[in-house]
Amino acid sequence: MTSGNTRTAAAVHASAHKLFSLRRTAAIATNTFRDLVRQKVFYFMLVFGLIIIGVSLALASFSFQGQLQTVMDVCLGAMSVFTMLLAVLATAMMLPKDMEDRTLYTILAKPVSRFEYLVGKLAGVTMILVVATLLMTAAFFVVLHFWQGREIENLQLTEPAERAAAAISKIKAGTFTPTLLGGIGVILLRSIVCAALTLMLSCFATSWLFTVIVSLMVILAGHLVPIARSVWQGPLGAADAPFHIAILMRLITVFVPDMQLFNIVDDIAVGISVDAGVFLHIAGLGAGYVLVYLLVGWLFFAWREL
Amino acid sequence: MKGRILGILVLLVWGIAKSSFEARLEQRMENTRLGGFKLTASLRQQAGQAGFIAALGGLRATVADLLWISADSAWRKVQYGRMKLIFDTCTAMQPRRVLFWDISAWHMAWNGAAHIANHEPDPVARAAKMREFFLLGKDFLERGIESNPGSWELHDRLGMLYHDKLKDSENASKSYEEASKRPGALEYTRRFAAYYLAEVPGREREAYARLMALFHESEHEWLPTLFRHIQELEAKLDIPDAERIWHAVVKLANTPGNESSAYPGLVDLIKTGSREPAVVEAARALEQKMDIPAARRVKLPPHK
Repeated sequence: MTSGNTRTAAAVHASAHKLFSLRRTAAIATNTFRDLVRQKVFYFMLVFGLIIIGVSLALASFSFQGQLQTVMDVCLGAMSVFTMLLAVLATAMMLPKDMEDRTLYTILAKPVSRFEYLVGKLAGVTMILVVATLLMTAAFFVVLHFWQGREIENLQLTEPAERAAAAISKIKAGTFTPTLLGGIGVILLRSIVCAALTLMLSCFATSWLFTVIVSLMVILAGHLVPIARSVWQGPLGAADAPFHIAILMRLITVFVPDMQLFNIVDDIAVGISVDAGVFLHIAGLGAGYVLVYLLVGWLFFAWREL
Repeated sequence: MKGRILGILVLLVWGIAKSSFEARLEQRMENTRLGGFKLTASLRQQAGQAGFIAALGGLRATVADLLWISADSAWRKVQYGRMKLIFDTCTAMQPRRVLFWDISAWHMAWNGAAHIANHEPDPVARAAKMREFFLLGKDFLERGIESNPGSWELHDRLGMLYHDKLKDSENASKSYEEASKRPGALEYTRRFAAYYLAEVPGREREAYARLMALFHESEHEWLPTLFRHIQELEAKLDIPDAERIWHAVVKLANTPGNESSAYPGLVDLIKTGSREPAVVEAARALEQKMDIPAARRVKLPPHK
């Protein structure tokens, strides 16, 4: 009678336990976010701030044209690198740290699936990346606003009225644009893809250093994917490349994400408008990478002996 | 092991599916003028290893900017050869940045050539070297236009280079014409296209028609250069006296209510060589009517 009751209770409990719970995932995500904040990851903001202030001061001492553009390029470049490094470093250390201080075992001993754990961890890092991007964007916009005013002042002083008016209206229309915000959105998306990639690699890696190095190498190789693609899809075709090179290039295009597709801020900064369709395609591609890396990470992690 | 094999299989399937999508997206982005940057071996040589890796890692614009700043210091040291190399790298890294093409061309065709003009004593060598610099500037502008076909500024600069440096009014007119067709182009580009066409031997009739079209378009276009070119062409083409431009301006001056717009036209006609008694008389009549002080009245230039 007692054993029958126990079995019934277990069955009821099992049916009540959802395979995937947003609440549990959110709890892990929030804890991950808090943990990363406690690790003072936002100190990098100081470095970012120093870079943009330093660049501004340095530019003031040069007399070449296009300072506003340079400020834009440097700030967007710094944002791009910082978010990417933050994504890789913060994610690479999560799993090894949880294993080291045994938090992972405590969490998985509870009714939390490994998939929920991974999704929660990625969501936590994503929260950090969103906050970091917002902070950097705010700092960037303050500096940009200052340089926009300065450039307009310079034009009024140095150019004939008609030319100055045309250049000023161009600057006003081309500085704070929705496309620029879209570009910053793509920087954020790129960093989330990097985080998902790193999480996937850390699911089978044995040390965080290995994860960091391999992730950075894959990301760097990702910027070469267009070259690899041109070797076997370009006008010359694979026939002109040696067989082993063609195979290697094909493997790179298949297994490595094309990071150049996420690298559009350089063009946005020079005022090229990007239609919403391109943004949607990039967003779709980014979402695809995140889902696939999450799934593959789970496949690696689900069978891993802890 | 099972998990790893499954994971790699998923990556393989995704990789095959996404590569064609990525290729299409890359093509679409190229079509919308995105990603004009191409990684090449020569760029690797020009940017140096660190710069090349930084450019690969998504810092292409920043690397190009830093090199651009170094071009500024090369200019101060009068190192035009180094400047040319730096400009080639900057423009290769950021082909969509119009300013890079524009300033690179200006440094070559104006500053570089001026340096030769001031420092080369042999007149034959001076002319040859200056022409080399002009052509370097032209090359930058032409490559810039190839990367930025929608830029009116680059067509405008090319027109200026053709006219002021290469003394080629026909191509100058063509370039200004192209500039005027692009969005954002300033009004003068259309005028210059017509003005410079007037300087091309054999195309006087076409130029005259265009200048007259400008004249009839609006009084806003009544500028001394327009009057000068029209009067020169009237003489050259032997336009019948009754059709000459001064009739239209004098007619306007004699229509009540048009004094303030007709007077500047008369002044420009006189300043650009018109000696028609009717023009001078109409100008004097308007000066009295408009109560223009003697000091500000138009003076007849001495006869040539």
